[in-house]
Amino acid sequence: MRRTLRLLGVGWLLQMKMASVSAFEGLLNVLWSLFFATVAFFMFSPDALLYASLGAAVMGIWGATSTSAGSAMQRERRHGTLELLVAAPVDFALVLLPTTIALATVGIYSMVATLVWGRLLFGIELTIEHPLLFALAIPATIVSIGALGFLMAVSFVRYRRAWALGNMFEYPVWLVCGFLVPLSLFPGWVRPISWVLAPTWGVTAIRESALGGESLPDIAMCLGLGSLYVLVGVLVLDRMLDAARARAVLALT
Amino acid sequence: MLGGMAVIEAEELRRTYKTTTGVIRRKALTVDAVRGVSFSVESGELFGLLGPNGAGKTTTIKMLITLLLPSSGSARVLGYDVVDDAREVRRRIGYVFGGERGLYERLSAYDNLRYFAELYGVPAREQRHRIDELLELVGLKGREKERVEGYSRGMRQRLHIARGLLHDPDVVFLDEPTIGVDPVGARDLRATIAGLVEGGKTVLLTTHYMFEADALCDRIAVIAKGEIVAQGTPRELKDRVAEGRVVEVEVFGGAEEHVAAVRGLGGVRGVSVEEREQAQVLVVQTEVGAEPTHAILSRLDGVSVGRVSSREPTLEDAYVQLVGEA
Repeated sequence: MRRTLRLLGVGWLLQMKMASVSAFEGLLNVLWSLFFATVAFFMFSPDALLYASLGAAVMGIWGATSTSAGSAMQRERRHGTLELLVAAPVDFALVLLPTTIALATVGIYSMVATLVWGRLLFGIELTIEHPLLFALAIPATIVSIGALGFLMAVSFVRYRRAWALGNMFEYPVWLVCGFLVPLSLFPGWVRPISWVLAPTWGVTAIRESALGGESLPDIAMCLGLGSLYVLVGVLVLDRMLDAARARAVLALT
Repeated sequence: MLGGMAVIEAEELRRTYKTTTGVIRRKALTVDAVRGVSFSVESGELFGLLGPNGAGKTTTIKMLITLLLPSSGSARVLGYDVVDDAREVRRRIGYVFGGERGLYERLSAYDNLRYFAELYGVPAREQRHRIDELLELVGLKGREKERVEGYSRGMRQRLHIARGLLHDPDVVFLDEPTIGVDPVGARDLRATIAGLVEGGKTVLLTTHYMFEADALCDRIAVIAKGEIVAQGTPRELKDRVAEGRVVEVEVFGGAEEHVAAVRGLGGVRGVSVEEREQAQVLVVQTEVGAEPTHAILSRLDGVSVGRVSSREPTLEDAYVQLVGEA
């Protein structure tokens, strides 16, 4: 158990190191989310700006994960490291999971930038009613978004072009998870889709804890769905790896 | 150590790849990359898989290290089946391949090694010592904090070797480890490889450098078009062509056109062409007692001919003949 935690920790740390090397890439992530945050701030009335600000902040985490999970797998293929990771005697899930969680963590840069941007340009005060729950909701959201990225990355092991889907999912998830627009505005058939997506519960938990609502059930749902994604990912990962070994796609870019 | 037993056993290993051609009218193709390869490697042996590009060396090695599933046949490493006991195999082997890839460019050499030490279950309290020891072994001590993106090809290759040895594996698979490395760097790498065997490890090396195989390997299997065409010690392979001599004729242009004509001469066993700076060299393997030099020169009528020499066959001549016959 201790060794597993250590492996997850070292994997996360080194992925963070790699993701943080380029200042330009970091800047791009931040500017990208600031652009969308600005649009969001203009969309909402002054009394809902904190609501918009928090939604835009979570957009940054999701954006960093959805697009980067695919490109991270492509990078592993291009660098020839994917084969070495698969050839290691550990569960591949323990290699993949810290990678996607690290990508979600990098989204914190965008989150902080978005909140600072809102404060400086739009005067949005970040008043948090339940700081403890807020502090719990953020890592829960990051971990569950990382877990969703993990589920996506599992398919990228076998289907090397599937990263394109990761990019495609970025905007729909913003919408159906209610980052920008309240879910009540969507038709009823969208709701079940929203409910099975952990970011829906994550952003709700963050908003509720900041604005004074009851956020614990949302945090629990967020973490529960995140765990489910990991479970499903682990269950199908071995099959994906066997298929990749049978079809000889691990070395292909 | 497992003295005397077969550490690597491949039996009728086959691997086919399915691919497609065309965009609109797609046509499925099946490529037989490895076609029934069998060999075994004893404990403490340095065994070479020698063959030209595309012969099936890397495909064979990837089946043995569990990265590819064989289409048919079986293989065992240290008694573990590469399909059924993949994790047990992975725990006990090291894998090093040549070229620029296989490292995290944005991380330092130390972080690269630290990550793989975790992946291979090197206990936390031993990691620092083990990494330092390996950095010393491959001559990267003092450069370990630098990012790999600034490393030369030779340094990367040495780092690869350190990575492959982190967990002190019993068996090491080296896939063209000196490819693209400068002569001095390659010599150092070969010394490191020789040191591994002296240290008791079993090594399977793939290469297409003859002198490397000759200098390092206890036994060699020559692989061509997915099949093993000969197996034995370097001396045994040389002896296959040792019963004749090799005539080398330096020509300036037009060598390829005359190959067929020279091959048809009596007493000639094989002909190949080598490029050497400005000239081409016709390498003609002859039968015992044959003296075809005059006949060869007469067939080269109209071609500018330079130096003509005769020598004993080398492993390279054996290799060229074996691959040419495949």
